[in-house]
Amino acid sequence: MKSLNKKSVESGNIINGIKTAWKGLALTIRHLFAPNSKRQVQTVAADNYFKKLEEGTNTIQYPKQQLPVPEVGRYQLDVEIDDCIVCDLCAKICPVDCITIDSIKATELIGNTSDGSPKRLYAAKFDIDMAKCMYCGLCTIVCPTECIVMTNQYDKTVFELSDLTYEFSDMTPEEAAEKRALLEKQQAERAAAKLAAIQNKEGSV
Amino acid sequence: MTSYLIYFSIALGLFVFAALFTLFGVYAERKVSAFIQDRLGPTEVGKFGSLQTIADFLKMLQKELIIPAAADKWLFMAAPAIIFVAVYLGFAALPWGPGLAPSHLNLGLYYLLAIVSVETLGILMAGWGSNNKYSILGAMRSAAQIISYEIPAGFALISAVMIAQTLDLQVMSYQQGILSSEHSKFLGIWDVSANGGILSWNIFRAPHLIIAFVVYFIASLAESNRAPFDIPEAESELVAGFHTEFTGLRFAFVFLAEYSMMFLVSMVAVIVFLGAWNTPLPNIGPVHLANWTTGAIWGIAWVSIKTLLLVGVQMWIRWTLPRFRVDQLMNLCWKVLTPLAFACMIISGIWRIWMM
Repeated sequence: MKSLNKKSVESGNIINGIKTAWKGLALTIRHLFAPNSKRQVQTVAADNYFKKLEEGTNTIQYPKQQLPVPEVGRYQLDVEIDDCIVCDLCAKICPVDCITIDSIKATELIGNTSDGSPKRLYAAKFDIDMAKCMYCGLCTIVCPTECIVMTNQYDKTVFELSDLTYEFSDMTPEEAAEKRALLEKQQAERAAAKLAAIQNKEGSV
Repeated sequence: MTSYLIYFSIALGLFVFAALFTLFGVYAERKVSAFIQDRLGPTEVGKFGSLQTIADFLKMLQKELIIPAAADKWLFMAAPAIIFVAVYLGFAALPWGPGLAPSHLNLGLYYLLAIVSVETLGILMAGWGSNNKYSILGAMRSAAQIISYEIPAGFALISAVMIAQTLDLQVMSYQQGILSSEHSKFLGIWDVSANGGILSWNIFRAPHLIIAFVVYFIASLAESNRAPFDIPEAESELVAGFHTEFTGLRFAFVFLAEYSMMFLVSMVAVIVFLGAWNTPLPNIGPVHLANWTTGAIWGIAWVSIKTLLLVGVQMWIRWTLPRFRVDQLMNLCWKVLTPLAFACMIISGIWRIWMM
């Protein structure tokens, strides 16, 4: 009795195997002859978006076809350097230290940002290493003038890792050196004036 | 002198055919797999990516031929050649049309089974010569698999041979159509010698040969190391099996052998079971479809169409069914296919005596 049961189980397995194999084969042949049209690339907001994914192929031929991303996509960082007051807040809050800022104090008021904040520092260097960035967006939140933003540009393929360090400063090294010299000169003048004032004070005493 | 020229040109022609079929086969495989998985497959090189495999081949030609330092140099270098030549020599016995066969062999089928088994030797040489544990494991699996599956495949073919009473593939082909010199009966009752077409194919002359055909087809998948029996090169466990260490042109030869083997085993199935180069269209009354569609050119067309359809089925199966585990593989071979093939052989004997 026991052996009979075993036998019937085994033959059942074979029949089941044939059945399931055929089920799979029928499924794949349906896909083989299904319309293999190119995928319609549309936004997720389109009607029946998920239903339409089942039609045609799933391949997106990337450089030719691109998935639409929202205009307010939070991908790569961009800096409007004219609006930057070089407060260094973004560099300080960055959890992965991907922002390096080098500031030079100006000898006088440089100008105003678009929202009216006074600019008193030059950005000699404003580098963001996108290879390190983890897209948390903290820098964009702390920025008082909203000059650092995340854009909807997600594709940045480069041949050198160093190309992923974006330099936003618009100062040439010569200009920076000139500003530094001006600052040193002003500081030296102020120090001299201070010294003279002290000596005056001492002399009068 | 001219006869030698003919021999060489036939040999060269078969080689060129094998190479072209491989190029086509790889392209077709990639497209079929892509469509089954709702992808596009190659699209960039040429129209619909049709030149993709040629580009791949050119790339492969330029690659360095690396021999691992600890490899058994001679075995390693000879292995791809032996793997391919074993399959390539099999093509010699296959008839392409009435009166069209590269070689007229009385023992065609026997020769074919023998020469194709040499492939196992090449695979073992590749595995051993590579001095790589994964390769030798793959090669051992392949040897176990091919030797096991030769038994059901052989018995399935023998049951057809018992009906045909010949090992000559060309004679077997003639029997399955209107050019037959003997009477053939549809299902053993209706004389269809004058009708021909699909009615006089071996699988309908003796219906149990349909089972033999299925058994042979499954076994032939295993012999050509195709999924679901591709454990010799199971990527997940063996990284690529016996051809892990091969580079460039040597790897190309292994591939050439695999695709040639697919064509070879399919063509044997067509010749032995599915009417060889005979037309599937029978003569019906005054409409002599079979007479109109029989001839050398028609023969090549029919045998190619049938074979390519079977190759298509092989690809279809590959991209559907998951790989067998080795114990399942042996289970299927020894407990299911071998008894079935034996049963077919016994029925063939009875059929030959009482029905034909």
